Amino acid sequence: MKPVLIRGGRVIDPSTSRDETADVLLADGKVVAVGRTLGTPDGAEVLDATGLVVAPGFVDLHVHLREPGREDVETIATGARAAVAGGFTSVCAMPNTDPVTDNQAAVGFIVSQARRARTARVYPIGAVSLGQRGEQLTEMGELVAAGAVAVSDDGRPVATSHLMRTALEYALTFGIPVIDHCEDHTLSAGGAMHEGLISTRLGLKGIPRAAEDVIVARDIALAGLTGGHVHLAHLSTAGAVRMVREAKTRGVRVTAEATPHHFALTDACCEGYNTNAKMNPPLREAPDVEAVRAGLADGTIDCIATDHAPHHYDAKEAEFDFAPFGVVGLETALGVALAELVEPAVLSLPTLVLRLTACPAKIAHLPAGTLAPGAPADVVVFDPAAAWTVVPASFFSKSRNTPFAGRQLRGVVRWTLVGGAIVHRAGDVAPGR
Amino acid sequence: MSPALGKDLLGLEPLSADDIRLILDTAEPFKEISERAIKKVPVLRGKTIVNLFFEASTRTRISFEFAEKRLSADTVNVATSASSVQKGETLVDTARNLEAMRIDMVVIRHGSSGAARFLAERIQSNVVNAGDGMHEHPTQGLLDLLTIRDHRPIAGCKVCIVGDVLHSRVARSNIWGLLKLGAEVAVCGPQSLLPLGVGALGVRVFRRVEEAIEWADVLNVLRLQLERMHAGYVPSLREYYRVFGVTRERLERAPRDLLILHPGPMNRGVEIDSRVADGPHSLILDQVTNGVAVRMAVLYLLAGGRPELAEAAKGGGER
Repeated sequence: MKPVLIRGGRVIDPSTSRDETADVLLADGKVVAVGRTLGTPDGAEVLDATGLVVAPGFVDLHVHLREPGREDVETIATGARAAVAGGFTSVCAMPNTDPVTDNQAAVGFIVSQARRARTARVYPIGAVSLGQRGEQLTEMGELVAAGAVAVSDDGRPVATSHLMRTALEYALTFGIPVIDHCEDHTLSAGGAMHEGLISTRLGLKGIPRAAEDVIVARDIALAGLTGGHVHLAHLSTAGAVRMVREAKTRGVRVTAEATPHHFALTDACCEGYNTNAKMNPPLREAPDVEAVRAGLADGTIDCIATDHAPHHYDAKEAEFDFAPFGVVGLETALGVALAELVEPAVLSLPTLVLRLTACPAKIAHLPAGTLAPGAPADVVVFDPAAAWTVVPASFFSKSRNTPFAGRQLRGVVRWTLVGGAIVHRAGDVAPGR
Repeated sequence: MSPALGKDLLGLEPLSADDIRLILDTAEPFKEISERAIKKVPVLRGKTIVNLFFEASTRTRISFEFAEKRLSADTVNVATSASSVQKGETLVDTARNLEAMRIDMVVIRHGSSGAARFLAERIQSNVVNAGDGMHEHPTQGLLDLLTIRDHRPIAGCKVCIVGDVLHSRVARSNIWGLLKLGAEVAVCGPQSLLPLGVGALGVRVFRRVEEAIEWADVLNVLRLQLERMHAGYVPSLREYYRVFGVTRERLERAPRDLLILHPGPMNRGVEIDSRVADGPHSLILDQVTNGVAVRMAVLYLLAGGRPELAEAAKGGGER
């Protein structure tokens, strides 16, 4: 593979505290050097990054790639391709597939499908419990040996306090986090959106904030009890942010993520029974959005994750009650984050990059999120000022279910490189299907 | 001729006070048609209306059917048991099939909130919401307004909705309609059956039915579904009656005579005392009578009928 020199961009690499105009040299799949005016090796491909941002490739701890089981809405190949189109070079695939990723063979299948796709690196997340049934722990040692980087019963919470306790304890042996989807089903059952004035007006059964807060409180208590590492998925409430902040001051091993839709949108998006605004946890109210943003600003929330959740358009073209939860997010995350976090100065651009790179990489111990010499040559080059419009029909993802359709955003990914190879260029067109 | 109401009637929330008054005023001349020996006028002759009921309903379906027939429309009833829903057809496909049959109007009852709007956005025909989930039941709200208006001005009238407001589309349509016409509105029930933050809609909240009775001019008593007890919202029907039942004893202590409404079907001895339901201040059967007139008015206006001609229309002349 030819060496690549990315010349003259604004290199933002929070892992090495770098934010300066510099060149980045990649060779043999690794970062060789970052510095001012590096020489061009023989035969190197030169990418002119003048006026562009050069950053470690983004890391997403939370995607649903639907393979195996629902290859009609996404595959590992299409999901990984959508990832690199959005600047993500490492994504972690949730185990709620069909069959569930609860054994080493299933983990191995994801690893091999990802290798074949040759775009983003896909790291499997194993299930906490067999079949995600909330009864018996999975063989985490074997899952990790096969390539799993975390465990989660995502899509649902770890079912009982006891199971969560033992999962946190058992995972300590392997040094992996237990990722929890915090939702008390006895409070949320039948709910379709956030419980508030809008759910009352629309006549939709609500999911109260407390459904999330109760399980966040449980998980923090159990992480404190066990010394285990709990990572809380997609925080949506002010209460959850407050509890995580407080727990961190006490040294509890809790980390957390937030999705672009939870820091950008409120339950008002559900007006008109918009099924592309139906997700779980639901879109909340303005004070919650503010709390999530503040959490990202002060580090209470460590990272941004998309919770990319493809669904067939038929499934979303239905009564609100019957439409499935979830939205795609890989191809809009950067633009939404720039518009909703950087533009209003909630986060500086380097802090946004931190929340998309080094922070998530550290949580799952991934060899990613840094441009330190010797690191994998996973790089994103983007134009933070270039404007574009969200047109779902042009997504690389197989699915179109986004609440951001038609939105004017800034931030175009110019090149994405994985292992030193260019896997996405601006202007690439998704293959027709 | 441009319709006075727009294409559909999906709820009372989107309507203006003038829209609502227009429907009520248009209903007045239609009341008389049902009192005739020959209860039929030709204003919707040649129009095809489908009554699409995905949820069991006796009263509302019959009321719509009478309204349609008395306006000379051709009607087809599709009930959930006979429909293709059970074969797995989606609402989109149902809508497309109806459209392909070149119908003029659909009256839809559906268990999911937003279903009427979903249908309305996908077909050209007029859509009338006959109740969608917990969202709205606009013709019920309108007939309740008409019934109250028969007895006293709505502006300034104090109306309390008693019971399971949380799950009630009737409550929501009543709240919007009453507020728009200037009534004072309250809700009363166990907190477990009131929507979180319902006060933000502009209504008072009474925790005890005695306080509601002391305050109100009109009580609209909602049906308590048996399944609410099984789902743990209230401990028992017996206790519900004891604490929230609208009884004669409670009404006798009121400072004034209250008008009593109930959207039906009633659970006698659960939310309402039979002596109240059958008593001199009960308007429950008037509501049913007015329901036909209100639905005639809605269908007439959506079909493009001009409000000022409603009086003449009842004479049988064609336009």
